[in-house]
Amino acid sequence: MSAAQNVTLPILLAIPLVGSLAVFALKEAQAKLAKQLTLLISLIVLVYTAVVGFSFDTSSGAKRFQFMGSWTWIKAFGVHLAFGVDGIAMVLVGLSVVLVPTVILASWNSFDSKSGAEEETSPSGAPRSTKNFMGLILLLEFFMIGVFIAMDVFLFYVFFEAMLVPMYFIIGSFGGPRRQYAAMKFFLYSLVGGLVMLASVIGLYVSTGSRTFAITDLIGTVPDNATQKWLFIGFFIAFAIKAPLVPVHTWLPDAGAEAPAGGAALLVGVLDKVGTFGFLRYCLPLFPAASRWAAPLVLILSVIGVLYAAFLAIGQRDMKRLVAYTSVAHFGFIGLGIFAFTSQGNSGAVLYMVNHGLSTGAVFIVVGLLIARGKSRNVADYGGAAKVTPLLAGLFLFAGLSALALPGLSTFVSEFLVLVGTFTRYKALAIFAATGIVLAAIYVLYLYQRVFQGTVSEKVTKFRDLNAREVLAVAPLLALIVFLGIYPKPVLNIINPAVTATLHDVNQHDPAPELGPVAGGIK
Amino acid sequence: MNSSLVLADTAQTISTPSIAYHALLPIFIVLGAALVGVLVEAAVPRPQRFNTQVFVTLAGLIAALVTVGVLHGTHVATPSPVGTDSPFAGSLAIDGTGLFLQGTILALAIMAALLIAERSVDVGSAIVASAASVVGSQIDREHSRSQRVQTEVFPLMLFAVSGMLVFPVSNNLLLMFVALEVLSLPLYLMAGLARRRRLLSQEAALKYFLLGAFASAFFLYGLALLYGYANSVDLSAIFTATKTSTKSDALLYLGLALLLVGLLFKASIAPFHAWTPDVYQGAPTPVSAFMASCTKVASFGAILRVLYVAFAGTNWNWRPIIWAVAIASMVVGAIFGLTQTDIKRILAYSSIAHAGFILVGLVVISQEASASVMFYVLTYGFTTMAAFGLLTLVRDADGEATHLSQWSGIARKSPMVAGLMTLLLLSMAGIPLTAGFTGKFFVFKAAWHSAGPLVVMALLFSAVAAFYYLRIVVMMYFAEPPENAPTVAIPGWTSSVALTVGAAVTVLLGVFPQPIIDLATKAAGSLIG
Repeated sequence: MSAAQNVTLPILLAIPLVGSLAVFALKEAQAKLAKQLTLLISLIVLVYTAVVGFSFDTSSGAKRFQFMGSWTWIKAFGVHLAFGVDGIAMVLVGLSVVLVPTVILASWNSFDSKSGAEEETSPSGAPRSTKNFMGLILLLEFFMIGVFIAMDVFLFYVFFEAMLVPMYFIIGSFGGPRRQYAAMKFFLYSLVGGLVMLASVIGLYVSTGSRTFAITDLIGTVPDNATQKWLFIGFFIAFAIKAPLVPVHTWLPDAGAEAPAGGAALLVGVLDKVGTFGFLRYCLPLFPAASRWAAPLVLILSVIGVLYAAFLAIGQRDMKRLVAYTSVAHFGFIGLGIFAFTSQGNSGAVLYMVNHGLSTGAVFIVVGLLIARGKSRNVADYGGAAKVTPLLAGLFLFAGLSALALPGLSTFVSEFLVLVGTFTRYKALAIFAATGIVLAAIYVLYLYQRVFQGTVSEKVTKFRDLNAREVLAVAPLLALIVFLGIYPKPVLNIINPAVTATLHDVNQHDPAPELGPVAGGIK
Repeated sequence: MNSSLVLADTAQTISTPSIAYHALLPIFIVLGAALVGVLVEAAVPRPQRFNTQVFVTLAGLIAALVTVGVLHGTHVATPSPVGTDSPFAGSLAIDGTGLFLQGTILALAIMAALLIAERSVDVGSAIVASAASVVGSQIDREHSRSQRVQTEVFPLMLFAVSGMLVFPVSNNLLLMFVALEVLSLPLYLMAGLARRRRLLSQEAALKYFLLGAFASAFFLYGLALLYGYANSVDLSAIFTATKTSTKSDALLYLGLALLLVGLLFKASIAPFHAWTPDVYQGAPTPVSAFMASCTKVASFGAILRVLYVAFAGTNWNWRPIIWAVAIASMVVGAIFGLTQTDIKRILAYSSIAHAGFILVGLVVISQEASASVMFYVLTYGFTTMAAFGLLTLVRDADGEATHLSQWSGIARKSPMVAGLMTLLLLSMAGIPLTAGFTGKFFVFKAAWHSAGPLVVMALLFSAVAAFYYLRIVVMMYFAEPPENAPTVAIPGWTSSVALTVGAAVTVLLGVFPQPIIDLATKAAGSLIG
């Protein structure tokens, strides 16, 4: 690896880390200061990322990985602190830093006032520490950025595993009644996946004989034989658990339901994207032959996920569980797009990751605001809330419609791309998956109907509508969803070169169009 | 061959070997300090005795550690060349590996001594007032409330350390046996010196002694068979014999197997682990810490040397044994640990599981593999030491509160203790950015090529073991404190130093492990001929 020493990305990484330490160092009584400081830091990170994002070179001759910087870390293992972003990583970092401030705003009073909390009484009986929550969010932001910008497989693994720790405490310390169980399940599932991946990480290092973990040096060097399949399986299991793909998705409904809404938004919005990001960044380029070998299975599991999770979502009584299941369904679409190996499918999958992060983040936050008012996650406890809290209902409907991919919203663009990309190669799978759109309409609208329409239940009459801070938390996400729905070009411009490079790595080209240039104008 | 000929033959080869006294200095310093400690017992009046002993012990250990540092880099005696002119006639190998392990043992022993010297968390200390008094008798009850302490624990500890220093540098099985006994006998006594729950402690000591005596006998039996095979107890002579001897291989394999029983017992590796949970639970906690870390380092050092120096030529034959005991250890440590409710016992099972992980590095003979084993035992030693140290701080009226349920909600009372414990447990679980992860990675990387399936198994059992570490974290942070919640004692400076060092090493070796990896790799070169 060249000795590039660009510090752009390390600085980006350092801001939330330093911020998190500063927030942890505050006293318990300084909760207000902690909140303000956290918000300020997350906004600084957002602005900094925006500057980096705008200087990302999308011209045709641009390098695939930009802002590369590499420093030796553990020489004996050939490990570098190597950072860099391609288009895919860039937009996912963008997604992370957009979600963090909204989560902070939405969780502003969740742990220090009774009206903001999601439960009637804190399950632990003791007051919860807002300061610690804020510190954990910033620490999580540090790991989230790190996992996307790492250019060294070892470093990636470090971020991948270490990221579990703050999330574990967010679920376990700030979650609902069954938070112990959920936190443990979340940690163990991810840890098992991570350790299997560690075997592959070591195997990758040993089998290529390249004495380095730098991705740029490893791409194309893994021998094309049984070893590649074994190594692929190790990475794949870890990412499939993280994503999560059916049948290893069972931790997500528990974790998503028990985590505080802000934590759930980050968990589903960003952390799970690490799985699908891992497919694109590690599985496909490093193990092209094995990826092609495994693709049929992954595609079928993805379609099963789309349908199965959608049916489960329709039947849920717990709102947060419902949203968690919808995410499993959406991850099916992303898996489909990635493993269809077409440029529309892949671009659509990456765009889907961003849009789903924004959309599910918004849904979780809005649901959290509703739960904080009703102190219950049970759908049956609500009814007719639209009459009392029209603003909340409106935003809820908006976020919900984005989840069902209404045309005009960004999620439609990505879902369409994924389906078109899949259709050009696997017609039957695309047709099955398309029915998922109908199911999505059912679970979103059925939920809206039960909660916001009908007779106003007695409990709901006392609800307070959203205040300015709460609107401010959700509005930017919804604005982005609309903007990217109408004009996705800036993001696609960043994504497309990286997708082309990834498909080149996996040695796949788009099949010749049979039905005319479908969506040909996207590039 | 008749016996008189043998005698004459032997008489000829005996000549005074050259002895590099300066290379033995660390061992002499520790032994000297131990003897001074014995004199202190006789000469210094009781009120000053405790502090004097602490001073002598720490001074001896620190001086020895400094000497090891000075000797570092000088390869006084290496394992391979043996002749009458080689230092110590080839029976000791003060080489890179030996010095690295000695340094580790001494550093850990200093921490253990600091933990034993802690007096502010319990009346007197964690050590019994007078070990000879009958449990529950009038005099016992009076003593237990007094400041009186059985200060012999310090010289005993120094004697044990001196045995541990010789153990991994023995290049001769008979010397290794002597070292084994020198390190074991004081440990048997120390295990029985707990101030609280004395019957449990005495039971632990007796159990440890009986089983340990058995294990020593196995070792001795194996030694005899190997002598029969190789006509020598020198490791390098056994190595030569494995290439040239015409004697039955049964002697060799049976001898190695019996020898390993003795060594595996000391390193608490399944299926010779049964004593570990009982002894760790019954012994005074600082002594458990000492046993869990220092003994483990010394034992793995000895196993390394035996396998590398004597049996490297026959490695295809003993490898399946190591595979089997490694898997057995991981299974026992990870699975049985799940059902435990006492944190000391959990740490004991954790130590068994970790022994299994370390063994993964022993199925391969290479410089990298031996370096990884040395690095792993070092990281494990520091982490475990600090974890046991933290256990001494959480107390109720009966002494230490080590039941899992008593630790629930401890984070609310003492975020510091909970935070430190979490760090140490995450390290044991092998989460990145901690020493435990670096150690695991190092060992597994070294072993991957020749023992891939074993590495995968080890990783899966790490995940199983992670469950009980996480269970403690869950208890500390997410559970309600019980009605009569234990208190968290404020440690004195000695424990504070030990805990700080343990936690700092755990973090530093997770984030900047390079210098120690280099040191271990360079040191391990001495084992590879």
